[in-house]
Amino acid sequence: MKVRLVHLVSMIALTAFFALHTAQAQSSPSSAPAASPATPSVAVQTAAPTPIPPAAPAPASSTISAGDTAWVLTASALVLLMTPGLAFFYGGLVRKKNVLSILMQCFIVICIITLQWAIFGYSLAFGPDVKGIIGNLDWAFLRHVGADPFPGYSGTIPHSVFMIFQAMFAVITPALILGAFAERMRFGAFCLFVILWATLVYDPVAHWVWGLGGFLSRADAAGNTVRGAADFAGGTVVHINAGVAALATALVLGKRVGAVSPPHNLPFAVLGAGLLWFGWFGFNAGSALGANGLAGNAFVTTHIATAAAGFGWVLCDWMYHRRATTLGVISGAVAGLVAITPACGFVSPMNAIWIGLGAALFCWIAVTFVKARFGYDDSLDAFGVHGIGGIWGALATGLFAEKAINGVNGLFYGDAGQFGLQVKAVLVTAVYSFVVSIVLLKVVDKVIGLRVSEHEERVGLDLTQHKEAGYTVLE
Amino acid sequence: MKYIIAVIQPDRLDPVLDLLEKKEIHLVTVSTVMGRGRQKGIATVYRSHREAGSLLRKVKLEIAVNDAFVDATVNAILEGARTGQIGDGKIFILDLPQCIRVRTGEKGGTAIG
Repeated sequence: MKVRLVHLVSMIALTAFFALHTAQAQSSPSSAPAASPATPSVAVQTAAPTPIPPAAPAPASSTISAGDTAWVLTASALVLLMTPGLAFFYGGLVRKKNVLSILMQCFIVICIITLQWAIFGYSLAFGPDVKGIIGNLDWAFLRHVGADPFPGYSGTIPHSVFMIFQAMFAVITPALILGAFAERMRFGAFCLFVILWATLVYDPVAHWVWGLGGFLSRADAAGNTVRGAADFAGGTVVHINAGVAALATALVLGKRVGAVSPPHNLPFAVLGAGLLWFGWFGFNAGSALGANGLAGNAFVTTHIATAAAGFGWVLCDWMYHRRATTLGVISGAVAGLVAITPACGFVSPMNAIWIGLGAALFCWIAVTFVKARFGYDDSLDAFGVHGIGGIWGALATGLFAEKAINGVNGLFYGDAGQFGLQVKAVLVTAVYSFVVSIVLLKVVDKVIGLRVSEHEERVGLDLTQHKEAGYTVLE
Repeated sequence: MKYIIAVIQPDRLDPVLDLLEKKEIHLVTVSTVMGRGRQKGIATVYRSHREAGSLLRKVKLEIAVNDAFVDATVNAILEGARTGQIGDGKIFILDLPQCIRVRTGEKGGTAIG
């Protein structure tokens, strides 16, 4: 095996991290988690069942709620399921010869980003604030991230649970981008780009919007609520971020060779969309960080907006193409899910209908006309759905938010300033993501080359990048 | 010996095979193909992309017969596959210089049936 620069660099980086970790562990051992769990919901049946006393020694753990913790853990698993769901949603839309490349990119993203998150990404995104821009490395290697809650983010669930919930968001965000450059990026370049993007784009933006003291955040460094951008579950941090980066990659990589090809397996795409819808309840309702009325509101608005958006897209297709298409209903549903993401914990279920219909309309227009008009090859409409949907969702939050639901009013309920904050967050994130993504792509292109050769593209990425075939032709 | 290639509508395959059975013509190779004659395709839509639909699904039958059976085969196919609409398909008859049975090595006319 030819040892390339990228192999040397990665081996050195990994060795450095683990040397650092071992040194840290020896000099200052991480806080031993002393919390005992709160009353379990299922008591072990013994001969004389006795109620198990609620949590004991460490005072911090007495604030842990079993219901909240159980829900956030479940939600974390649901959000994880979204990434394989996305893999099939995208995988069904590409050519047969490239299906594995999509599935592989999604799965490797889970592996790479999980490690990055645990080792230093979480600390950068949510750790102690540095000038409102980024977290420091106090929590690298998950130091201080154990069974005790960190009340700044949530006093009722273990810190590790909050961290792992957020990990699933960090995982799916880069996966969304790959829809834009499907069928033409080299696998090694993809891996390198994803690590750099997570560290230099996702982690900072997450910090700005969600971190304590982030300059767009609704929480200051001490954990008090302040005025800031309202993004309940990641319209800005995840969807605008990924959607705009997707546009950047489509522009830098250029168009695919050959004519546009229809989806090779729409049933896969539908299955993927179903899994996304299911998992998104964890994404949105889980962001309430509690099993409570706010989670209920988020769940309900999510479902209603998605239903409205699916229906809305179908109406658009029916009027324009004279047919209701399957791809249309699932694209609409996903657009609705994207748009309701920042809004779900701030708006009412009835206003969620407007948000869903708006998402369907704007994304349908983006996908049907704007892409063709400007000629960029966003293969799977990652920008058209996530970018545009996310922007609409963030702005819609600034229109429809109601104080009675979660303490924020939008423009329609008297707070024009909040709408202004949404606009600011959208612009800051979009510009930053776009510019830095382009820079990172250029860097990766210089280091190992971004795009496959024309011959490799014609043969297909499954064979050329992975030496595998998704479907056996002759047995 | 003749080699008959027939391209027909996919839903006419069963009627054609039934009629061939009645005429004692059992040996056939069937494949699904895409093709076009003068029949207009069905347009498909994929988000912003509209395809006019130039190729259609068809079924291809390939049958090797001795000269005496050509007419019976052709008539069976015509009767089974004809719907009267554009897109019913075509039958091609080729000369077959040699035919060999793999199991026994027989050649010629006896290898066909």
